Amino acid sequence: MILEGKIWIFGDNIDTDAIIAARYLSTTVPEELAAHLMEDIKPDFPDLVKPGDIIIAGNNFGCGSSREHAPLAIKGAGVSCVIARSFARIFYRNAINIGLPILECTDDLSFMVSGRDKLQVNLEQGLITHLQSGRTFQAAPFPPFMQELIRQGGLVEYVKSRLGKKVS
Amino acid sequence: MSKRSGSTMVEKILATKSGKDKVEAGELVNAKVDLALGNDITAPVAIKEFERFGLDKVFDPGKIVLVPDHFTPNKDIAAAEQVMVLRRFAKRYGIKHYYEVGRMGIEHALLPEQGLVGPGMVIIGADSHTCTYGAVGAFATGVGSTDLAAAMAIGEAWFKVPQTILFEYDGILPKWVSGKDLILYTIGQIGVEGARYMAMEFTGSAIDDLSMDGRLTMANMAIEAGGKCGYVQPDKVTFSYLKGRAKKPYTPVYSDKDANYIKVIQYDVNLLEPQIAFPPSPDNVRPVSQAGGIKIDQVVIGSCTNGRIEDLRMAARVIKDKKVSPKVRLLVIPATQLIYRQALEEGLLTTFIDAEAAVSTPTCGPCLGGHMGILASGEKALSTTNRNFIGRMGHPESEVYLCNPAVAAASAVAGEIVHPEEVM
Ligand code: SF4
Repeated sequence: MILEGKIWIFGDNIDTDAIIAARYLSTTVPEELAAHLMEDIKPDFPDLVKPGDIIIAGNNFGCGSSREHAPLAIKGAGVSCVIARSFARIFYRNAINIGLPILECTDDLSFMVSGRDKLQVNLEQGLITHLQSGRTFQAAPFPPFMQELIRQGGLVEYVKSRLGKKVS
Repeated sequence: MSKRSGSTMVEKILATKSGKDKVEAGELVNAKVDLALGNDITAPVAIKEFERFGLDKVFDPGKIVLVPDHFTPNKDIAAAEQVMVLRRFAKRYGIKHYYEVGRMGIEHALLPEQGLVGPGMVIIGADSHTCTYGAVGAFATGVGSTDLAAAMAIGEAWFKVPQTILFEYDGILPKWVSGKDLILYTIGQIGVEGARYMAMEFTGSAIDDLSMDGRLTMANMAIEAGGKCGYVQPDKVTFSYLKGRAKKPYTPVYSDKDANYIKVIQYDVNLLEPQIAFPPSPDNVRPVSQAGGIKIDQVVIGSCTNGRIEDLRMAARVIKDKKVSPKVRLLVIPATQLIYRQALEEGLLTTFIDAEAAVSTPTCGPCLGGHMGILASGEKALSTTNRNFIGRMGHPESEVYLCNPAVAAASAVAGEIVHPEEVM
């Protein structure tokens, strides 16, 4: 799967409260959550972020509570992929389970310009290309079944199709 | 130096269960699950997800365990309704391991005791302390409710193969120092994120000498260091624990001598003191000698961390022929029915009751501020549980200190946090 999008850069330890504040947790509809994505740390972000955009972050992205609403809000905004130096463990699981592609890349990507530069991401290879400079970076690639999971739109859909195949 | 090309125990288990010869840390795998666990809080959500699959059977009714332990015996109507969801699901799908009140225990004490977990297994649970079963040489980790739903349907779960830190504890544990102190000390040293994503392998002469109860306590708190799992390689202690207990044959798996650990951390334990984790974080750890004079209102001895028979024996030894301070409420909660009975037969419960402690049927209860011992504002508790976050045992302005059962018992007598020797 090849993704291409404009980047938005965030720092270290972006917690799930920053991604989506607790006061919005009465819904699980991704689009409704997306209207408040990163609101407390970047108030204009819900207006700026466009479908296909890519979030770049530092260490421990998604730390704090285990709320599945955080990756749902990001997915609801149409963000195609999150690239971070590291993710908090439960966020990582939850993101994959709801079908949000995430990549861990330890290279320093902070030289890029937030809200302007564009990346191309090859999920199969974990290859990240900075389109302005042509420089490439390597993240851990996704094995086939994980790509399948993302392609299906998450764990529930993946399981459904697996079960369908077994029956037919 | 030759490249370290061996595998850790966890890497080997995940390789086998995902049908591969070898896996590397960082790799994502899809592995067969030998056991999937849910409780009265997390299973209802998973059951709702499971129903979206429209299945008339689970992948294997013998490999799913449902334990209502958090708010049972039912704390209120909401709790009763949640347990009803589990009970109905268990009946409808023929779940073999559903444990009703009167036969149950706190899940992470119950599963090892019942011989449901063993070496080489992959175990997931929709509860963060599922990591406990690493003590018997399994790969066991906490997951979300969606993961549990999927596992109940197809018997698989995906994992990112964790890197492993090797912790080596050398020496002989001083009197009154236990597995709880080893793990509290470790978390104090590396911090609550010190092992994020990672497996923690516990080894060294102090671990060789440690009982299974002590090992279960250590693996239980791997999550408090951010760990994905904590484990001890199977050995004599493991095999004698499993003898006559394991429900199924098992295949022990060991780390290679040249396994690729990300870090090796060594501790000399000869002079280790009992450890206290101060609020509001399990890594805020100090030796008991630096915790003197902290007055406490409640002491809890129990939970999946320290509610096993050895813990109760240790506490009873300290408190025998003494009285709980009039300023303190002591709650003793054996972690399972079997432990409860054993404590009864050994006279431990009489010792506690004579000391004027309250003894209860198994439940998570106060550990998560559920019921049976909630704190008022401004109150302080000393507890053998595993978490001391703000408000964990009740009011947001109450505080929880964590310790081993001997310190808990001694402090209940003294009315303040003390070393067990001070009351002996
Ligand atoms: S005893 Fe406490 S930590 Fe253990 S399962 Fe129950 S609530 Fe969780």
